[in-house]
Amino acid sequence: MFVINCPYCGEREQSEFKAGGEAHIIRPKQPTELSDDQWAEYLFMRKNIKGVQFERWIHTHGCRKWFNVVRDTSNDVIKAVYKMGEKPPTK
Amino acid sequence: MTKNLRVKTSKLIDETYKISFKFNGSTYYGYKGDTLASALLFNDIHLVGRSFKYHRPRGIMTAGSEEPNAIVQLHNNTSRTEPNVRATEIEIYEGLEASSQNCWPSVNFDIGGINNFLSPVLPAGFYYKTFMWPASFWEKYEYFIRKSAGLGRSPTEPDPDIYEHKYIHCDVLIIGAGIAGIVAAKTAAKNGYKTLLIDEKPYLGGSTIYQNSEHFKINNQISSSWLEKEINEIKKIENLEIKTRTSVAAYHGYNFLLARENLTDHIPLEQRNNKIRHRLLKIRAKKVITATGSLERPLIFNNNDRPGILLSSAIEKYANFYGVACGEKNVLFTNNDSAYETALSLYQKGINVEAIIDNREETDSKLIKETEKNNIKVYKGYTVVDTYGYKRINKVSIMQLSKDGQKVIGSKISILCDCLGISGGWTPAVHLFTQSGGKLKFRDEDQVFIPKEYSSDQISIGSCNGDFTLDEILSTVPKAIKKFLNLKKIDYEDFEIKSSFNKSKRNIWLLPSDKILGKTKPFVDYQNDATAKDIKLALREGFRSIEHVKRYTTTGMGTDQGKLGNMHALGIISETTGSKMGELGTTTFRPPYTPLTFGTIVGRSVGEYFDVSRKTAIHEWHVENKAEFENVGQWKRAWYYPKNGENMHDAVQRESKAARDSAGILDASTLGKIDIQGTDASEFLNRVYTNAWSKLAIGKCRYGLMLNEDGMVYDDGVTTRLGENHYIMTTTTGGAATVLGKLEDYLQTEWPELDVYLTSVTDHYATVSVCGPNSKKIVSQIIPDLDFSDKNFPHMSFKNAKIGNINCRVMRISFTGEHSYEINIQANYGKSVWEKCMEAGKEFNITPYGTETMHLLRAEKGFIIVGQDTDATMTPIDLQMDWIVSKKKYDFIGKRSLYRSDTIREDRKQLVGLLTENPNEVLEEGAQIVSDIKKTPIEMLGHVTSSYYSPNLKKSIALGVVKGGKNMMGQKLVIPMENKQINVTVADPVFLDKENKRLNA
Amino acid sequence: MKNKYSLFSLVKNAFSYHENWEKAWKDPEPKKEYDAIIIGGGGHGLATAYYLAKKHDMKNIAVVEKGWIGGGNTGRNTTIIRSNYLWDASAGLYDHALKIWEGLSQELNYNVMFSQRGVMNLAHNLQDVRDLKRRTHANRLNGIDAVYLNTEQVKKFCPIINTSPDIRYPVLGGTLQRRAGTARHDAVAWGYARGADEMGVDIIQNCEVKGIKRNGESVEGIETTKGFIKTKKIGVVAAGHSSVIANMAGLRLPLESKPLQALVSEPVKPIIDTVVMSNAVHAYVSQSDKGELVIGAGTDDYVSYSQKGSHDIVEGTLNAILELYPIFSRMRMLRQWGGIVDICPDASPIVSKTSIKGLYFNCGWGTGGFKATPGSGDLFAHTIANDEPHKLNAAFNINRFVSGDLVDEHGAAAVAH
Repeated sequence: MFVINCPYCGEREQSEFKAGGEAHIIRPKQPTELSDDQWAEYLFMRKNIKGVQFERWIHTHGCRKWFNVVRDTSNDVIKAVYKMGEKPPTK
Repeated sequence: MTKNLRVKTSKLIDETYKISFKFNGSTYYGYKGDTLASALLFNDIHLVGRSFKYHRPRGIMTAGSEEPNAIVQLHNNTSRTEPNVRATEIEIYEGLEASSQNCWPSVNFDIGGINNFLSPVLPAGFYYKTFMWPASFWEKYEYFIRKSAGLGRSPTEPDPDIYEHKYIHCDVLIIGAGIAGIVAAKTAAKNGYKTLLIDEKPYLGGSTIYQNSEHFKINNQISSSWLEKEINEIKKIENLEIKTRTSVAAYHGYNFLLARENLTDHIPLEQRNNKIRHRLLKIRAKKVITATGSLERPLIFNNNDRPGILLSSAIEKYANFYGVACGEKNVLFTNNDSAYETALSLYQKGINVEAIIDNREETDSKLIKETEKNNIKVYKGYTVVDTYGYKRINKVSIMQLSKDGQKVIGSKISILCDCLGISGGWTPAVHLFTQSGGKLKFRDEDQVFIPKEYSSDQISIGSCNGDFTLDEILSTVPKAIKKFLNLKKIDYEDFEIKSSFNKSKRNIWLLPSDKILGKTKPFVDYQNDATAKDIKLALREGFRSIEHVKRYTTTGMGTDQGKLGNMHALGIISETTGSKMGELGTTTFRPPYTPLTFGTIVGRSVGEYFDVSRKTAIHEWHVENKAEFENVGQWKRAWYYPKNGENMHDAVQRESKAARDSAGILDASTLGKIDIQGTDASEFLNRVYTNAWSKLAIGKCRYGLMLNEDGMVYDDGVTTRLGENHYIMTTTTGGAATVLGKLEDYLQTEWPELDVYLTSVTDHYATVSVCGPNSKKIVSQIIPDLDFSDKNFPHMSFKNAKIGNINCRVMRISFTGEHSYEINIQANYGKSVWEKCMEAGKEFNITPYGTETMHLLRAEKGFIIVGQDTDATMTPIDLQMDWIVSKKKYDFIGKRSLYRSDTIREDRKQLVGLLTENPNEVLEEGAQIVSDIKKTPIEMLGHVTSSYYSPNLKKSIALGVVKGGKNMMGQKLVIPMENKQINVTVADPVFLDKENKRLNA
Repeated sequence: MKNKYSLFSLVKNAFSYHENWEKAWKDPEPKKEYDAIIIGGGGHGLATAYYLAKKHDMKNIAVVEKGWIGGGNTGRNTTIIRSNYLWDASAGLYDHALKIWEGLSQELNYNVMFSQRGVMNLAHNLQDVRDLKRRTHANRLNGIDAVYLNTEQVKKFCPIINTSPDIRYPVLGGTLQRRAGTARHDAVAWGYARGADEMGVDIIQNCEVKGIKRNGESVEGIETTKGFIKTKKIGVVAAGHSSVIANMAGLRLPLESKPLQALVSEPVKPIIDTVVMSNAVHAYVSQSDKGELVIGAGTDDYVSYSQKGSHDIVEGTLNAILELYPIFSRMRMLRQWGGIVDICPDASPIVSKTSIKGLYFNCGWGTGGFKATPGSGDLFAHTIANDEPHKLNAAFNINRFVSGDLVDEHGAAAVAH
């Protein structure tokens, strides 16, 4: 089980958190103007990366804040955490 | 007792403390400090169990947790019975009762032993090749296969013991309190690290603690004396916690480890009551030092499994630690110097060693010279080719090895013996290291896998790192710790070590015999009866990967997880296929290291603690009034209130009727309540509900439907505008937490620009709902100051009010279709408000009703229950609730999905009412609906979602979903039950008071 | 023709000390070109190759496997086989598989130990009862042998379940499918491999796919650690890693790969002779022929390819096991392990062609793919051979995520009042 460094609370056990899937999938501003294909892309299609993934977590049993995590899904090593709205780290 | 096998002992066994125990029904004695294994050996008992497949007699082989053979059932036929307990691990206590497993009628005479004679037709994987005819017979074969498989017996009564969990956070965790672990613990603790030292044994010091040889000295002291002093010292260090009888089961990522602390397994049963049996330690360590030592390897030769054949190191331990001789005529068979240590220990204790068979031709070390000096015969360059004796070894035959070690030459020599010690060198215990994600490398010179790459902040030290000898350990360990803990200086820099061990070893994975392999039984996995032949058969049949071989032959899949034999399996594969050991890789070492009791893993989460029970503030009243309860999520909800022996049907009919005729009262506290505040609260609701919210006046309530982004109905409830920027939302009982989670998600991640704050207030308020034609009269008695006129307080509105001095919120909303009020009050006043309503309602026969009646009443009105009438495939349009979907709003969650090609289909399943031809026939919820039962395959149009007998309408009513149901009003359909067909007519889902007159009655 | 396996052949071979058994499958180097290549040597992939060769006369085909055959989810699952699914499409698919299971040992001449010891699904709340009744009615009309049991009948069928009304989530009833059961997972992979190999299929292990070569909208071949292999048809059956392969072809799939864990106890004499599943308290258990209790846990909620899940999941599962079977408290966990499952949003699989000509995907089986192995292989082979789905897998196309025509097997949404 991981230790996740919540950007608001610090290092906590994984069991305090819930994962929220791939990050930076922005909800379309004008959904009605999308084709069914484009809408499906937003709704269902995922990169599902093996390797370094940007993803969302929420500190459910803590501050209840959503934030982003950079994690290598091949070995579960967390590389970085950053708040919602912050720029993802490039390295 | 005929023989005295207790030899002059170490101080580790208390001979003044006699303990009696039973094995297979007979009573024996041992001493305090004995394990069941040492006590049995003391009583000259080697035959302990039968093997898994061939039911061969098996004895004690080791002195530790790697034991494959000597596994027993404890306390058979009692609630504390336990199968598959290793005799080498269980400490004896007064009253211990153990019995042999997997044998019938007894371990001495086991019918299953016939399998041994059938073994020629039972090679690895035989069951894949047969038992296929006739086709229907597999289950019959299987019955017998299952009966003969399995080892011990499962308990059949609940466990009287209790277990608990403990979290430990430490700076440094050291696993293993052998000499390396002790040195590490002292260093870490003395340098200020909060340190935890764990060992599976009841004592500290590993194997060095019973090392009493002049040949191994530290600073001129015998190694065990030196270590004893160190142990006494570390026990005094404050920031060092020591846990014995504690075995690390699993090493997960991020230095998260699970260990089992054993607290009562070594004390008599009658003393265990109300004590914690095991404590599961959940350890999060900043740094981990693994010092788990190494396991001695057996040697693989013909009939290497008989009772009386032990690891050489086990014989040494039984003699030195427990003061027990495993035999009177001992023979040792080795490929390295370890057996000579054993021989000298035995010699020192006056135990006879007949001979040492060493497969090395040219060996020369101080130990060997010393052994020979003591007139112990050493056969160099020899191997054991066979052993004799069915229930106890009585003879070995040996032959000379060819130069290349592949054949035997010369003539056979027989040596009589009653005990054979074998040593194939040592295997570092890297199990935990690999569990943690560490990578291994293969060291060719002594054919061992050792740690190469660590996946977290940890190191392995001592023999689990491949440093086996005393001088190696004491030269490498301090340096490694110094670097790992980043220390400038360390106590253990200068040692004067005397170690007579010579590291030479002649590794032959499968020793040759004078017979062809096919006629021999060289066991690799003792418990599962996998032989070298089986491994070769697997390879021959094309199973090349180690994992394939393991699965095909079941090597390494026993309760010992192949701690002894896995390396040999690899070795034999490597030799047979000509591939390099390092390239084959190992099989995965899967947690736990030693099996972990389910009860330990579960801890306190049993019985009533399995899951939280949420109870409303009014719960006690329901209990006092004999309510039956229903589980809704974690909530306990009053289901119905049977009176005078009523059954559920009668109670619900009575409650439903009372609610419509006069007054009913419902505890609605479990509905989720979310307080929404902020200047963008209205806009937020616009986005999360399908309908429009901006124009809702302050003080008004509105029903809302929430969708998933895929357009399917997710939750519903009434939301009230309390102020300009303040709403209170209600959700379904089961959906409260997920709805809040979903709203927070959108708010924080998609719409952070909105000024909105969400707070769950479900538990803060109790909700008392009073409905029925007399509800106004009742509620107005409790809240006399409030103007209850329809004008001031119409349906779908809310008022702040006071009951006495206490503020409350009163909503005039209805889920029953009756005139009704919901009083929301601070939870601790809930019961008192409820009782006031009951008091005030007495004259109106106010009737408490539960969830079942609530369901019935709302069904009469055609109101849906999300999760019962919907199933995550229903859109609001499907529910015929088009009226709630705003056409004007630009967007809301799920809107776009309502316009996909499938969701706009006209013939989707739609919610309709169903009336049975026979008004007394109540449909079964879940029953399927068809139009034509003769059609094959039969086409299911939908199903019944809700169904009741309505006492108010005096007929059966139902809701259901039907393909294209919207356009089938009045059409006849059929419900095909198992034994009959029920005719129904599609109807309007609103069965009662379509005009909503009762709301204002 | 390979040696036939039988008791007779075992006895015969005993005389030569089993030294004359031939290879169950060869270990060939890849040819330059195949008519079709299956990526993934698990049960589904090997079954696909087997049926391509057997029913569609495609003999020049290869199965390429990154590791060893059957080493993924085939060899890691809890082997439950049943077909009592709610929706017509699912029932059709899984019952097709179940019917093949019933004769599979004989067809393959390999004992896959399909044991029809029945599967029970338990209900723990009133909505469970409604859902299970709904499913049972649907099953009956679809010709699937499921029956609803009340609590007493549950107890009678499996006496060790704690059916006391006083437990936290009492057993209110359940369903039973008697034709359902378990099979020996490894044997399924090995049996199909042996059968496919006999018909000329090349099973190439330790061969990792590194890329998919496309020419415009068609596939041309695969890049592997053993070089480039040419082909016009590629069937991807790489559970867990489906998205990884899809990315190579420039496709995106509606999948997330998550850890799924399972565990076994130490072996004991027979104590439970059926399979019991409970969704509400999340525990399912059966006993293997060897005597181990085989227990399945749930998935974690994050994407991971590490084949490790969190301990909390295992703990939660055992909590549920002891709630339903308090007698197992003193049993011991022998091994635990993890697999990677790729999960579709509607918990149903994809067995479909794609927008790229010659590229087919069989994925998204989530936690329940093992039971479908023979049917999945058969229908996927049909889809690849004909470039059209069979009617039984038509509903499991990729396009359903665009149209919204999902096959939602999640069951009911959260219970709500």
